[in-house]
Amino acid sequence: MNFNATLIGQSVTFIFFVWFCMKFVWPPIMNALETRKKQIADGLAAGDRGKHELELAAKKAADKLREAKAQAGEVIAQADKRAAQIIEEAKMAAKEEGDRQLAAAQANIAQETNRARESLRDQVAALAVAGAEKILRREVNAQTHAELLGQLKAEL
Amino acid sequence: MASEYHSSGEYIKHHLQNLTYGQHVDGTWGFAHGAEEAKAMGFWAINVDSMLFSIGLGVLFLFFFRMAAKRATVGVPAGLQNFVEWVIEFIDSTVRGSFSHRNALVAPLALTVFMWVFLMNMMDLIPVDWLPYAASMAGVPYLKVVPSTDPNVTFGMSLSIFVLVLYYSVKMKGAGGFFSELAFQPFPKFLFPVNLLLEGVGLIAKPISLALRLFGNMYAGEMIFILIALMFGGSWILALFGGVLQWAWAVFHILIITLQAFIFMTLTIVYLDMAHAEHH
Repeated sequence: MNFNATLIGQSVTFIFFVWFCMKFVWPPIMNALETRKKQIADGLAAGDRGKHELELAAKKAADKLREAKAQAGEVIAQADKRAAQIIEEAKMAAKEEGDRQLAAAQANIAQETNRARESLRDQVAALAVAGAEKILRREVNAQTHAELLGQLKAEL
Repeated sequence: MASEYHSSGEYIKHHLQNLTYGQHVDGTWGFAHGAEEAKAMGFWAINVDSMLFSIGLGVLFLFFFRMAAKRATVGVPAGLQNFVEWVIEFIDSTVRGSFSHRNALVAPLALTVFMWVFLMNMMDLIPVDWLPYAASMAGVPYLKVVPSTDPNVTFGMSLSIFVLVLYYSVKMKGAGGFFSELAFQPFPKFLFPVNLLLEGVGLIAKPISLALRLFGNMYAGEMIFILIALMFGGSWILALFGGVLQWAWAVFHILIITLQAFIFMTLTIVYLDMAHAEHH
């Protein structure tokens, strides 16, 4: 073993290398490692959060679907009820209308009957007068016999 | 290749000699030829090969890591960034496991120690003759390619770490606290000379063992590669056997170089952790 100034040279070199490493090599790489570690951790956390949110959303969607189904059922039931009601109302209205029209027709008929009876009376009266005229072979003064005719009409 | 040398002893010696630049005994400056000349140059000489290879490898490490750091994105990492992040996460988890205080220096220090020592050790996997042979072709007489087989390199690191240990010991516990840690345990206070001796030895042993462990392992590994390389000078059967051995030892050595780099790093972290710890 032969010691010489190489010892000093090596020490100086070593100290310089350590200084350089500490200043320019270690911090940037360590920094990158730390940052990446943090990013990965964040990413994993975000992934977990996303999964959780997905689960929540799925649950929510199922709830909403169930709610919607229930609501739809309700609406259909209501609609059915309403339809039945409308039909019932329409039936009632139709019946009423029918009754009304029947009554009107009956009234009309009665009126027509009366009118026909009136005209028939007139005609029968005229016929009777004409018959009587013919029978009597003389002119009957209508005015003179109006009272008689009116009496006759009323008897018919 | 051992045939170029007069004896296998010379071959081994040649391979274990650093390229040392310094002042010769006669006052001129130049490269040392042989271990004796290098020794005669005294302290103010420098192992050029150790310096060049260690600085080159350190710059290589910092270059690639700096490139990755510049391009570091928070998005999906690719290629170089992936590798660098893998290394950094490994270092970071080791530091978190062994160092229980807050200090921004320790993790980059551990990274530098690990990568630098690993790269320097890895030079051991290059067949022992390649680079020295190429260098001798270029006129360079000696070349030791594994910087961590040079005790100057390992001690240079371990002593710097020791200074850090002393600095943080005093900073965290105060001079008095550090002294009482050395003097007033494990035995009662009145035995403080014994305590001081025990703890002092323990303290000094830290950098020495740290440096010697790495140096010893790498030196021994290199020595075995050199011994195996000696076989290539023999008959073709011996050379073939040597080739198999070299492959086997290289495979095993992959484990050793990684393990030694890891041990150096872990002990650095542990020593610094102890320097931060307030006990008693």
